[in-house]
Amino acid sequence: MNPTIGAVRAGLARGLIELRHSFTSFSELSGHLFWPLLMVVVLFFVQNSAVGPSGFSLSAFFLPSMLGMSVAFNGLLGMSGLLSADRRDGTLLRAKAIPNGMLGYLVSKIIYVGGGLIADLAIVLITGSMLVDSLTLGRLGSWLALAWILALGMVAVLPLGAILGSLNSGSGGSQGTTMLTIMGLVAVSGIFYPITAMPQWLQWIGQSFPIYWLGLGMRSALLPDSAVSAEIGASWRHLETAAVLGAWATFGLIIAPIVLRRMARRESGSSVAARREKALRQLG
Amino acid sequence: MRTTDEDVVLDVDDLRMRYGKTDVLHGVTLRARRGGVLALLGPNGAGKSTMIEILEGFRMRSAGRVRVLGVDPARGDERWRARVGIVLQSWRDHGNWRVRELLGHLGSYYAYYSTDEIQRPWDVDELLAVVGLTEHAKKRIKTLSGGQRRRLDVAIGIVGRPELLFLDEPTAGFDPRARHEFHELVRGLADTLGTTILLTTHDLDEAQKLAARIVILSSGRIIADGSADELARRIAGQDDVRWTRDGQRYARSTTESTTFVRDLFHRHGEEISELEVHRASLEKTYLSLVRQDESAQELTATHASEGVVR
Repeated sequence: MNPTIGAVRAGLARGLIELRHSFTSFSELSGHLFWPLLMVVVLFFVQNSAVGPSGFSLSAFFLPSMLGMSVAFNGLLGMSGLLSADRRDGTLLRAKAIPNGMLGYLVSKIIYVGGGLIADLAIVLITGSMLVDSLTLGRLGSWLALAWILALGMVAVLPLGAILGSLNSGSGGSQGTTMLTIMGLVAVSGIFYPITAMPQWLQWIGQSFPIYWLGLGMRSALLPDSAVSAEIGASWRHLETAAVLGAWATFGLIIAPIVLRRMARRESGSSVAARREKALRQLG
Repeated sequence: MRTTDEDVVLDVDDLRMRYGKTDVLHGVTLRARRGGVLALLGPNGAGKSTMIEILEGFRMRSAGRVRVLGVDPARGDERWRARVGIVLQSWRDHGNWRVRELLGHLGSYYAYYSTDEIQRPWDVDELLAVVGLTEHAKKRIKTLSGGQRRRLDVAIGIVGRPELLFLDEPTAGFDPRARHEFHELVRGLADTLGTTILLTTHDLDEAQKLAARIVILSSGRIIADGSADELARRIAGQDDVRWTRDGQRYARSTTESTTFVRDLFHRHGEEISELEVHRASLEKTYLSLVRQDESAQELTATHASEGVVR
């Protein structure tokens, strides 16, 4: 068999093993459950608030928006966090030291982040749908729309996460900066309240990044048509969604291999040792 | 004359490395044939790690010609990568993995690189027995002791049955017992595996115990090369000569002890008694060499490590 196909297979196996580890270790499992459960709690408290001209319930607006946000969070923060942690502790160097190891490593991260994301989405969707009754879960079209938004969204955000993880120095501080930046973007992306309630210039910022479009796409998939009145131009703008997410995906897929290769080239035993010493000094 | 036969696993010619304005390696030339353990010995900051990382293909060199198993490591492809083993110092990577699971997984990448002579990867159970981890096969890696972890590091390094194995400062930070156990393991590997092993160390004792050939690197230059015995003979060390004349003790350090003693008898004949000649020990020579270097090294070492982090 071709070694490249072999490495892709090994990467798949690795991703599944790591997923299993993450669901069988208490600390990782609680980390997994934290965000989805927080979202469900938020849903519970906004159950009776209304939004938009049609008096639509805020929780119905929230649920799909948060699913969209989860895609962005897992892809950007999850991927970049994994990459910088794996650089720090030498996992990446191990991958580099074996034939086709980097390919297997990347495949495994995609599986791992993707699998974790689907689990997160399922938790929010299943528990959330008990609190929110206006979701259109009975329509086949809803699931198809959910699938293409999810697939395109992941292709858009995973490479971006890999770029962020390669660029930051691998310290806790830079990961924190990434997190704050993404939180800021979430705030202007119409996740917690319709974007139409914000000033025009903020709307433009929000619409240049994938998070807004992920939220919009998820709302278009899961909300009844009447909810569209709270959106810009009272339209689900599917074409624009595909165009913006597609543009980010293209950008990421072109830039990520370059940045990843540059980052991986710099990894060596002494760079890992230097980071380890730095981390141990900070601990001590 | 340049040897090109297949037995040459390491062929380095005028290797130079420079970080900014600091030269770390000044034209290192080294050739090694298949089999046995070769130690690259030198004080901290001598350029050992830089050199081994260039050979591993993890660091670009500034100049010079390098061939590892006949391939330039800067252009080594995956096939070459499969023939080379690297023992990395684990810290907390793969903590949730079980020992057997990780070795099986990492080994699977090598399956496509089996040759008629070399069956890859190493059978996991056999490998576990070789490194003495059989009873820990099902443990999570984060529960292993430091010594067990290093055994696992070695197992990962050799899971693809490499033709050349790199060990960079393998016992740094070990207590004496762990160090002893590790030496036993490496000696066993060299004997049974037939793999060529290149290890770096700043510890002469370790080099003497493990390596048939010791190459001393100092300030980025090779200053000595040979077996421990050869080195002891070859390095111009100072022998100590002690004697008594007229009831008085004398001592003298000299590189020419035989000539010195002949002269001594020539001049004083039977007045000389209690003559002792202590040959320069390799240890003493190495220590004085390290001491000489240290003052000069301190500056360059700081520069070099800054270059590494950047």
